[in-house]
Amino acid sequence: MAGITREEVAHLARLSRLELQAEELDHFAEQLDVIIGAVARVSEVAGQDVPPTSHPLPLTNVMRADEVRPSLTPEQALSGAPASEDQRFRVPQILGED
Amino acid sequence: MTELIKFTAAETAAAISKGEVSAVEVAQAHLDRINAVDEKVNAFLHVDTEGALKAARTVDDKRARGEELGPLAGVPLALKDVFTTKGIPTTCGSKILEGWIPPYDATLTSRLKDADVVILGKTNMDEFAMGSSTENSAYGPTGNPWDLSRIPGGSGGGSAAALAAYEAPLAIGTDTGGSIRQPGAVTGTVGVKPTYGSVSRYGLVAFSSSLDQGGPCARTVLDAALLHEAIAGYDPLDSTSIDAPVPAVVEAAKRRDIRGMRIGVVKEFAGEGYQAGVMQRFNESVELLRELGAEVVEVSCPSFTLALPAYYLIAPSEASSNLARFDAMRYGLRVGDEGGRSAEQVTALTREAGFGDEVKRRIILGTYALSSGYYDAYYGSAQKVRTLISRDFDAAFAGVDVLVSPTTPTTAFPIGERADDPMAMYLADLCTIPSNLAGNAAMSLPCGLAPEDNLPVGLQIIAPAMADDRLYRVGGAVEAALNDKWGHPLLEEAPAL
Repeated sequence: MAGITREEVAHLARLSRLELQAEELDHFAEQLDVIIGAVARVSEVAGQDVPPTSHPLPLTNVMRADEVRPSLTPEQALSGAPASEDQRFRVPQILGED
Repeated sequence: MTELIKFTAAETAAAISKGEVSAVEVAQAHLDRINAVDEKVNAFLHVDTEGALKAARTVDDKRARGEELGPLAGVPLALKDVFTTKGIPTTCGSKILEGWIPPYDATLTSRLKDADVVILGKTNMDEFAMGSSTENSAYGPTGNPWDLSRIPGGSGGGSAAALAAYEAPLAIGTDTGGSIRQPGAVTGTVGVKPTYGSVSRYGLVAFSSSLDQGGPCARTVLDAALLHEAIAGYDPLDSTSIDAPVPAVVEAAKRRDIRGMRIGVVKEFAGEGYQAGVMQRFNESVELLRELGAEVVEVSCPSFTLALPAYYLIAPSEASSNLARFDAMRYGLRVGDEGGRSAEQVTALTREAGFGDEVKRRIILGTYALSSGYYDAYYGSAQKVRTLISRDFDAAFAGVDVLVSPTTPTTAFPIGERADDPMAMYLADLCTIPSNLAGNAAMSLPCGLAPEDNLPVGLQIIAPAMADDRLYRVGGAVEAALNDKWGHPLLEEAPAL
């Protein structure tokens, strides 16, 4: 089973939206390599004819009637927001300028 | 009024109901205790003095009006800081939620309020419930009241320590891989992971959705049962909530008779890595079960040896997805929102600043396990292991009513000892994880002190899904027999704080 390199950690950090520091990349690469080595044992059963279990309960989609009912006010919904404006969440620019 | 803090929840409720003491007096006694000792213990992240006294006054008013009080009316409780509480900070032990005040209550919070339980405040925990020691809290570690230089278990170390330090007779925890039972074991208290889906997860900030389960923490089995009945039951707001009657756990806790029950000892939970004193107390407990009239047999669950690796793929995978909601846009911290940075950059800077090491480690691990090319080898295989573990449980429960094992391989270890060694830390949940993967019910209760360090040892009892009452039946009988033998509850042997 493949180990994990510093470059892979950097790539995974980008995918995970984590701006890791250089020393964190080294630290995590070392630790994750050990962890992945230890957990790779699960693949020993991969070849067997065993169905996967993703959840302890059989899940079904739950629907409710589409009815207007009381909910959070805009003030309540925005109460924990880092920034808001005109009853909306204010966010940094999402699209690039170019 | 110092004796009030030593009362069990059942005794407290009875005393309030009879008018021997007021709910306000009870609340104040616990708030005083928190003021006196919590600087040392650090069990609480937020104490809601005003709210607790107001809730207590409501109970006293109801009693004055002659209204019938519920079985836990006026009993103080410490709530793990992973459940949302309207108007009261909820941080999940993380900097990313520092100061966040939810606009709504979790279903569990509402049920506690409806039961007239007095919520004292929010307890310390490993960040987003990731850990086995409460050292991963952004707000400093909690001490184990038996020895403040040792860990109180995790992630619900604050809840367990609050009980052991007599700061509250009841607490709530969540158990994703053992975070109720393992802290219970190392603090000499009782912790129960109910059947997955039997206590609502609405308003429980998700770590690993297919494993997370809220449940009761208490100093006695009966108290845990009373709390269990107050919080369990169907919730239409949670799509994984089970719509079935809650087993009669209070009745089971009071029964104290296990004659004729068949109990299986899990063979795989012994051997290398298990502390001698832990095994000694466990083996004595097995002998006690025989003396109490149960039939004890050895049971083999060979796939349990793969539970820990499977857990450390499934839980981080779900966490990497669940924690994507902390994006610095709708709530919590925002870092770097100046100088024309994009939303994506602000998210990455915020998550870097707001999350601690263990959370980052698991997000990366989960992202890796779910990535294309590795998915089948890691996440897919872990899900197959989950099937094998469920089959082992099914086979075992075809022959026995419950399974038993030590709750943890060792007693409480010193703070800092495993901090730089994630694999060593992960071993603390070795015996508790299979029940999370399969979704069944399990309890830890104190079974003595390890002779080599005089620290508490936990006995784990595991029951099939929706047979939570069996935990309480066995737990109640064992607790009564051990208290007779010791002459008092184990916790009375803890040093004074």
